[in-house]
Amino acid sequence: MSTNNLSTSKIPTVVVDDLNIKYRVILGANTGSAAGALRSLVSGKAPSQVVKSVHAVKGVSLTAYEGDTIGLVGRNGSGKSSLLKAVAGLLQPSSGDVYTASQATLLGVSGALNKSISGNRNITLGGLAMGMSREEVEAIRQQVIDFADIEEFIDMPMGTYSSGMQARLRFSIAAARQHEILLVDETLSTGDTEFRARSQAKIRELSGAAGTVFVVAHGHAMIREVCNRAIWMDKGVIKMDGETNAVLDAYEADVAEKKAAKEAKDKDK
Amino acid sequence: MTVTNPNGDSSAKQLAMQHGLVSASKIPGLGDYIKSTWRRKDFIAELADARSTQQYSDSLLGRIWQLITPLLNAAIYYLIFGILLGTSKGIENFTAFLVAGVFVFNFMQVTVTAASASIPKNDRLIKAIHFPKLVLPLATVVQQIQQYVVSLIVLVVIVLLTGEPLTLMWLTLPLVLAMQILFTTGFALILARWGARSRDINQLLPFFTRTWRYVSGVFFSIAIFTASMPDAVGTALLLNPGAVYIDLVRDSLMVTESSDPLIWIMGAVWAIVFFAVGLVYFYRGEKKYVN
Repeated sequence: MSTNNLSTSKIPTVVVDDLNIKYRVILGANTGSAAGALRSLVSGKAPSQVVKSVHAVKGVSLTAYEGDTIGLVGRNGSGKSSLLKAVAGLLQPSSGDVYTASQATLLGVSGALNKSISGNRNITLGGLAMGMSREEVEAIRQQVIDFADIEEFIDMPMGTYSSGMQARLRFSIAAARQHEILLVDETLSTGDTEFRARSQAKIRELSGAAGTVFVVAHGHAMIREVCNRAIWMDKGVIKMDGETNAVLDAYEADVAEKKAAKEAKDKDK
Repeated sequence: MTVTNPNGDSSAKQLAMQHGLVSASKIPGLGDYIKSTWRRKDFIAELADARSTQQYSDSLLGRIWQLITPLLNAAIYYLIFGILLGTSKGIENFTAFLVAGVFVFNFMQVTVTAASASIPKNDRLIKAIHFPKLVLPLATVVQQIQQYVVSLIVLVVIVLLTGEPLTLMWLTLPLVLAMQILFTTGFALILARWGARSRDINQLLPFFTRTWRYVSGVFFSIAIFTASMPDAVGTALLLNPGAVYIDLVRDSLMVTESSDPLIWIMGAVWAIVFFAVGLVYFYRGEKKYVN
């Protein structure tokens, strides 16, 4: 316990302890005919499903402290999103665990909560699901609508929205609440430039409010600007964890190196 | 993170415990689980209402269907069983008898069927926000209760129009409905967990509910039809929860029908057993609903 990262007054808000996440992905279940399905039933053999187990997060441990704004970088499929989902309690770990000071909220971009009801009712639904009271939802409603900038569409079913509008509304609903622990996943890459700027300002504001923020984003400039710490994930493990610029420099150098190597290889052919 | 204390806890876990951090994947105890569900009662109501709106949003008549559907149902059964097949023999007020059977049974059938899909249907919500999943099947039940209330009003009107008098027995109706709703909720919770695990349940359920309907005396009198069969058959049919609640509603509203005290006891037993088992069974599956 003498290591300096556990010392003094830093208060941990998220502790990830040897976290492993495995998914079972069914790749084209039993695409054959009904006769084939029947044959497998009769023969007692399992249907010829192609099930693949994906080990998305492999033994990750980390501690985040109050006031930390942490940027997660890494290639697609490196386990960043799975890690955030586990912190938010939206995925069950295969082993290991995540401990949090309070319920973490994931700001995703997965569109409407319910496509067939209006944006307005989605605000109600999202707010209530997060545990707000009806009064609290009413108190934030106008703010959410203004922030998402969808005033004229608010009474239309969310299925009629463009994906950018859906993402904006989702972000606004989740961001309307004060969060001690906020997880932002790729949000910044959707929506228009103007909304991106607004959502970045919101993240800065939320991270300033003594909370802990995790950001997964493609835009490194933004991570360099708002994050005091960065974590580089590669194939499910943490490759580097430290001061933002140092981690991003190393990651970008690695990306450039791999790209150069690939180009050299392509040239050889 | 290889440092361990005598309990075998990793240093990371010790740090988390020292600062009062809570496992994000841990399911709370049953009491806290129920409490956190209760705190979201507005969410349950909103979900139920959103679903009703959704259900009728594409139809011209909208929510008037809530009234038309049960009436059409009753009319079809009256035509087929009352007139064509003559199952009305020996029943004094067949219209009221039939309408009560159809409405009371439909509530149970529609509720458990809808509840079996309540987890997969709310996939988007589950993936986006952390909340006790119990709210999802409960919202289905609440939505169906709203529909049931409309049906019951129609039922009361028909019962009175067919000449049944208002009696003190009518006061037992709230008790009967409370027992029926408890039973149905418990059953719905069991099917909600099954439905979360496998889609096959949606294929099989219609066969089960149809069979259940035919053995529950919706459009015939079990006592009359099983008179020539061994006693055990008649008793088994009479004591099945479907028949029990239909029987009790008829007993409450119609002077021409009366229930054995055993049926009243079974009404309470089914309600308590199914509700308790369903609640615990659904709760124990909580971890499985997220992945």
